[in-house]
Amino acid sequence: MDLTLKIWRQKDAKSAGKFVTYPLKNISPNCSFLEMLDILNEQLIQKTEEPVVFDHDCREGICGMCSLYINGRPHGPDDAVTACQLHMRKFSNGDTIVIEPWRARPFPVIKDLMVDRSAFDKIIQEGGYISVNTGGAAEANNILVGRENSELAMDAAACIGCGACVAACKNASAMLFVSAKVSQFALLPQGQVEAKQRVKKMVRMMDELGFGNCTNTYACEAECPKLISRSNIARMNREFMCAKVI
Amino acid sequence: MAELNSKVPKGPLTSKWSHYKDHQNLVNPSNKRKLDIIIVGTGLAGSAAAASLGEMGFNVKIFCYQDSPRRAHSIAAQGGINAAKNYPNDGDSIYRLFYDTIKGGDYRARESNVYRLAEVSNNIIDQCVAQGVPFAREYGGSLENRSFGGAQVSRTFFARGQTGQQLLLGSYGALSRQIKLGTVKLYDRHEMMDVVLVDGKARGIIARDLVTGKLERHFGHAVVIATGGYGNVFYLSTNAMGSNTSAIWQIFKKGAWFANPCFTQIHPTCIPVHGDYQSKLTLMSESLRNDGRIWVPKRKEDAEAHRQGKLKANDITEENRDYFLERRYPAFGNLVPRDVASRAAKERCDAGFGAGSTGLAVFLDFRESIGRLGKHVIEERYGNLFQMYEKIVDENPYENPMMIYPAVHYTMGGTWVDYELQTSVTGLFAAGEANFSDHGANRLGASALMQGLADGYFVLPYTIQNYLAGEIRVARMSTDKAEFAEAERGVQTRLEKLMAVKGTRSVDHFHKELGKIMWEYVGMARNEAGLKKAIELIRKLRAEFWKDVKIPGTMQELNTELEKANRVADFLELGELLAYDALNRNESCGGHFREEYQTDEGECKRNDEDYKYVAAWEYKAEGEFILHKEPLDYEEIEVKQRVYK
Repeated sequence: MDLTLKIWRQKDAKSAGKFVTYPLKNISPNCSFLEMLDILNEQLIQKTEEPVVFDHDCREGICGMCSLYINGRPHGPDDAVTACQLHMRKFSNGDTIVIEPWRARPFPVIKDLMVDRSAFDKIIQEGGYISVNTGGAAEANNILVGRENSELAMDAAACIGCGACVAACKNASAMLFVSAKVSQFALLPQGQVEAKQRVKKMVRMMDELGFGNCTNTYACEAECPKLISRSNIARMNREFMCAKVI
Repeated sequence: MAELNSKVPKGPLTSKWSHYKDHQNLVNPSNKRKLDIIIVGTGLAGSAAAASLGEMGFNVKIFCYQDSPRRAHSIAAQGGINAAKNYPNDGDSIYRLFYDTIKGGDYRARESNVYRLAEVSNNIIDQCVAQGVPFAREYGGSLENRSFGGAQVSRTFFARGQTGQQLLLGSYGALSRQIKLGTVKLYDRHEMMDVVLVDGKARGIIARDLVTGKLERHFGHAVVIATGGYGNVFYLSTNAMGSNTSAIWQIFKKGAWFANPCFTQIHPTCIPVHGDYQSKLTLMSESLRNDGRIWVPKRKEDAEAHRQGKLKANDITEENRDYFLERRYPAFGNLVPRDVASRAAKERCDAGFGAGSTGLAVFLDFRESIGRLGKHVIEERYGNLFQMYEKIVDENPYENPMMIYPAVHYTMGGTWVDYELQTSVTGLFAAGEANFSDHGANRLGASALMQGLADGYFVLPYTIQNYLAGEIRVARMSTDKAEFAEAERGVQTRLEKLMAVKGTRSVDHFHKELGKIMWEYVGMARNEAGLKKAIELIRKLRAEFWKDVKIPGTMQELNTELEKANRVADFLELGELLAYDALNRNESCGGHFREEYQTDEGECKRNDEDYKYVAAWEYKAEGEFILHKEPLDYEEIEVKQRVYK
């Protein structure tokens, strides 16, 4: 298929960016979206132009590194996949495809389509873990976890930290990301000891870093490649209220 | 550096590790604060080691090329992690896990290391559960297990098809806690370019800030390399795009020997190659072989018709299907180890029974298990894998059998380490897939996660302390020292040389060409003539690379092509060593199959007389390597032919 690509190019964090249009021909529908960009880059290199920079690594939808805003949607038109698992068969011959980086103040652009998501690491560093030192653990089966809670915890833990939820949100809210981690531990007995401190600290850091509030449009859930449920946000709000009040 | 000293403690196998721990040197808390440790890589081994050493009070600096420690490729491991808990009461024990691992590795792993691995396996599960890793549970709330290749017990713990992700997020959490506490400092988007030696000891690294392009000098009393395997030397593999050999190749050039490079694992169940634009191969977890049955058409004409798109897999009747693993290996069936399953698939395809448009695919069929257990059970067990398959291939695996083919997945070889995980360079350690020690010639499924975490949580924190106890009088060194300046200059010169080529072909072009040579001649089946040819072709390609590679942009900025070029330059040297090692090893064992050495039934023919050793290579000059042999003495285990029939 033949395509027209409109790609955001930005030299570095300080420079102004702009859209540049590239025609691209003869793309196989079985090609992945990132492989399509590889083909474009190969052509740019042949013309001694700088290739388009984008984050990617595992290319199997689990590392969370790829972060493309495609035709107005994080990770593009397919549901429940990351951009690396999006295939060109979801597009048609002659399409114009607009590709932008995540746009959110806490995720500044580094170059072209690559953004800085270290804000997510900072939130996790506040309490997205259980404080147990190596070697200090009890026999594993001493901690029983009911299957239902274990499954719900796993649903929440499946978050890959890609930031699509923030990119999708008109407020650049990180509530889905933060609530997924808070929920995972709130649902497990191991997480109870630090539950109150955890939610308070993580929410405070989320606010400090400039992520916006949740206004319940659920664009985050709709665009999440791992189908993280908005009910995690409700659970976090409850945890947060309890931590504040009690 | 003439002698290999594996430093295996004396005494009976079962008490070596406890004896070591009882007698090793320790560092007191006030001295720990004065000691710096550099760790490169944030996968399971790196992040677990950094967290543990930070908790103990050492100053740790950790580096990763990705934007966050959570992206390391351990995250992609699907199926599970082994441990000898024996929760299912099916006869498992530390000894049995040890035995299966040695046998699975075709008697080419170091006995003492493997026993220690089996010993600490249970602590890993305890640790991960305490961290809140959401392992699968039984209805009563206890932990659930499943079976995996190469074992007759169920000892694999799992978190759906995302076990690696959950374990990595556990160790990433522990690491994040230490970052917050200030014991660990994180350098993301940084790549290690070289190691710095002072008076023969590892004392730091040169790193490149990938965003600014600046070279940085970092001091450490000890350096740990935990940068994973080198499977991307084949270009197409299940590794991440950025996975590379550069750290272990640079330390190799500085004196850290490279062991058994030819021991590479080809995983039997991957989605087949579909076009020349393809950038990576996707694994379908080994756990699928618990419920999926592998087959090809029994009649050549059916295979031919399927290749031409005239016949559907579901229209091939039961009596015309050849369940070749069940036929050849009735005792283990579809759960034979990976090397055996891969070769059997290749054998059928080479004989003309392969399916799919390329003829390089076999079927993985769930029809029977869906009939027996119901679709919902299969969905619960493998839902995310089925979804992944459907997204990539555009076919529904609940209705049509999956098509799979072997692909490069893991490298058992790596930096040579002694019992303490120290390389042949003093003060330089290697952990996880980056070292060679535990898997011999073939790794069993669900053992990579076990080894990464064993090294990181339970081995290195002890053994590195034994080394550092002797370093407490060494003050932090200034990075203005001549050795640091010289190492930085070396890196600078190499990068300038790459930029100066200004040739006509992209880095990817050379990487793909290298991959084709490796897969053709150094892949699943190797022979003398092919290996010699590969060495010749790799040398030629390497010369072309340095004459004709084209890298746009400059060094002083974020330059992804320069990053790739630097990595591919190392792959172009490693490829040669890999072929060299394969040529040297005149036997077939595990993942290393030499066509000249096979039984009448096409199984591996080992040569224990001449090759029961670890081949540790020393770097002399480009393309020149010296072989050192570490004999493998088995005290506890009787060395036998590996049979899964």
